[in-house]
Amino acid sequence: MTTAVAPTGAAPPASRTSKPPMGRKGMKSMYPSWFYIPAAVLFIIFFAVPTFSSFYFSLTRWTLFDVQFIGFDNFIAFFQEPQLVTAFINTFIYGFVTSASKVVLGLALALLLTGPILGRGYLRGVIFFPVLVSTIGVGFTFKALLDPFHGIVNNVLGFMNLPQPGWYTDPNLALLTVAAVDVWKGVGIATLIFMAGIVAIPHEYFEAARMDGAGAWSVFRNITLPLVRPATATVIILSLIGGLRSFDLIWAITKGGPGFTSDVIASVIYKQYQAGFFGLSTAGNVILFIVVIAVMVPVSLFLNRKQDEL
Amino acid sequence: MKQSPTRRVLTAAAGLAVLALPLAACSGGGGNSDDGGAVEISYLTQSDDNNTNQAKALIEAFEKANPDITVKLETQPGGTEGDNLMKTKLSTGSMEDVFHYNSGSLFQALNPDQTMVDLSDEEWVSTLTDDFKAVVSTDTALYGAPWGASFAGAVMYNKKVYADLGLEVPTTWDEFIANSEKIKAEGNGVAPIIQSYGDTWTSQLFVLGDFANVTAQEPEWAEQYTANDPNAKYVNEPAFAGFANQQEAFDKGLFNEDFPSMTNAQAMEALATGAGAQYPMLTATIATIIQNNPDNVDDIGVFALPAANADDTAITIWQPNAIYISKATEGDKLDAAKKFVAFANSSEGCEVQNATAAPAGPYVTTACTIPEDSPALVDDIQAYFDSGKTGSALEFLSPIKGPNLENITVAVGSGITPAEEGAAQYDDDVKKQAQQLGLPGW
Repeated sequence: MTTAVAPTGAAPPASRTSKPPMGRKGMKSMYPSWFYIPAAVLFIIFFAVPTFSSFYFSLTRWTLFDVQFIGFDNFIAFFQEPQLVTAFINTFIYGFVTSASKVVLGLALALLLTGPILGRGYLRGVIFFPVLVSTIGVGFTFKALLDPFHGIVNNVLGFMNLPQPGWYTDPNLALLTVAAVDVWKGVGIATLIFMAGIVAIPHEYFEAARMDGAGAWSVFRNITLPLVRPATATVIILSLIGGLRSFDLIWAITKGGPGFTSDVIASVIYKQYQAGFFGLSTAGNVILFIVVIAVMVPVSLFLNRKQDEL
Repeated sequence: MKQSPTRRVLTAAAGLAVLALPLAACSGGGGNSDDGGAVEISYLTQSDDNNTNQAKALIEAFEKANPDITVKLETQPGGTEGDNLMKTKLSTGSMEDVFHYNSGSLFQALNPDQTMVDLSDEEWVSTLTDDFKAVVSTDTALYGAPWGASFAGAVMYNKKVYADLGLEVPTTWDEFIANSEKIKAEGNGVAPIIQSYGDTWTSQLFVLGDFANVTAQEPEWAEQYTANDPNAKYVNEPAFAGFANQQEAFDKGLFNEDFPSMTNAQAMEALATGAGAQYPMLTATIATIIQNNPDNVDDIGVFALPAANADDTAITIWQPNAIYISKATEGDKLDAAKKFVAFANSSEGCEVQNATAAPAGPYVTTACTIPEDSPALVDDIQAYFDSGKTGSALEFLSPIKGPNLENITVAVGSGITPAEEGAAQYDDDVKKQAQQLGLPGW
């Protein structure tokens, strides 16, 4: 960890700078090493210790009063969970639907908001605003708005003689409703990243293309889209990770219901925790951890390889 | 300018110390200052209005009678969140001195032998019913004093609707369905059966409230169930009836239109005003009607969820919650805590209970009597007691209660899952619970 300064080191500074940098040892730190200690302590106490102890507790029957080592029984029990298949499918549907919508909508909005339109600053604020609001608050608000019988949305639809779907009480719709709210809430971040990507493209490319007579679609297809690829990769990775481990919005709106139709892995884990199955739910968390890594590592390798080819 | 290594270590240590100081200051609080004979104890209850109001009234009356003791009220959420908080506090020794919690299987899950004070030698114990003693005891000791009256899990119904349509209280399931069909046909939009899946826990009553009927048919069922007897499962009769009934009621379209999102409070309102006729529910919820629709309280009656045969129809009874003392409480505080618990079970404590929460069933201690002006449905429940047609809810006879029952019954009651599949899911759910409890034979 230390930057290897000899304690009694009377070596003249000139000889040090003349040495070629040698790997880590040669890395010059901007701060003295003790500067890192507080952060390291916090990291160890609040991240490393819980992470590693959770691997241990996932192998136990744990009631908070006593701990009994039971090997892999929790993992077996978790995979026998009757709702697990639904939960896995839902997790992937949710992850991919939200991620894809955020990419498409985010890019569209970013194009709009980097273009010459009236009230651009205001619209940028409006799009980004939901990101700042508490997820639980958003969940409860939409739960009230979308109430199938007394909510404002269905009242308006009823007034216009349109069908009034059971947004979060219809088993076929519940998960997609939550995903839609998630997109509404999270698209601001995607838009922001895409805007940064678009703004960073040098103007000369666009000018040159227009000089050659390219239309709007052609400019978008051949210049904007390829050149915002790093932004696209970031948006996909961030929103996919968020979607796969998403929990708070689902819990606020449907609690995994009706029945088990909008359960995802995280809500199954939470229910086990609620039931007092602490070892079992810890095992579920370890599995979720592995699943997210198993999905994200190939995705991120794939996206980054594409970038290198550019 | 070079720092010596010692100097650097010292700087680092000082830095750490500065960081740690505020943390230490946080945990330094809580010192007790009970000099001069005055003792302060804490009392924990659930944070909903009913519980806090009752607790406040109890504390006020107790402090008046015991001026040298002050009781500090603490609250926390109920439900499964509360269960976990209880466990955490008890296992770390940071529980309040006296606390209010469920009896029966949830109480057993708190590991009472390790975490609570034995109260078997207290005077008030002799006033308790045997049924209640059983649900606050382990093999070695008794830990809880009742708080509130027992209540039933049955069908609450609106007597005016019944009178208008000339209906009789049903004693068989077929009569119940016939009544409901008639309400649907002639009731001018009155919902025959209210369901409120906006609060998922309310969906369980078809199954849980049917349990006295199960015991009436097979008295040993709960024991066999706890021992993992392959016959005593929810996929088999007689226990399967609960799931089958719920599906039948849904299939015949007997629920209120907005059942998927209605909440318990809205359902009580609908029942009180006659917008709905029948609601399988815990009778303790009459408190909501007393609070919100006081004029309609006596329009509400109750009857047992009917079994297929009238002979088997019995009403399912829940034991009241109880008050316990944490093992971490010692010395003067323990004496004060025991006084507090005894007070709650004295005639003065009873007055508080009668004044703040109308009983929805008989008391389980002879120290308490039901007041004259209690809600009409209490008489209906008493009639079942008088004819010996009662049975305890399963959670007081077995430590196993699967955590997902409410989601499963929502799915069955919404037509998402057929009854057979729901019952099978619940048997699996129960298995997990039994394994976590380390019960033999699972």
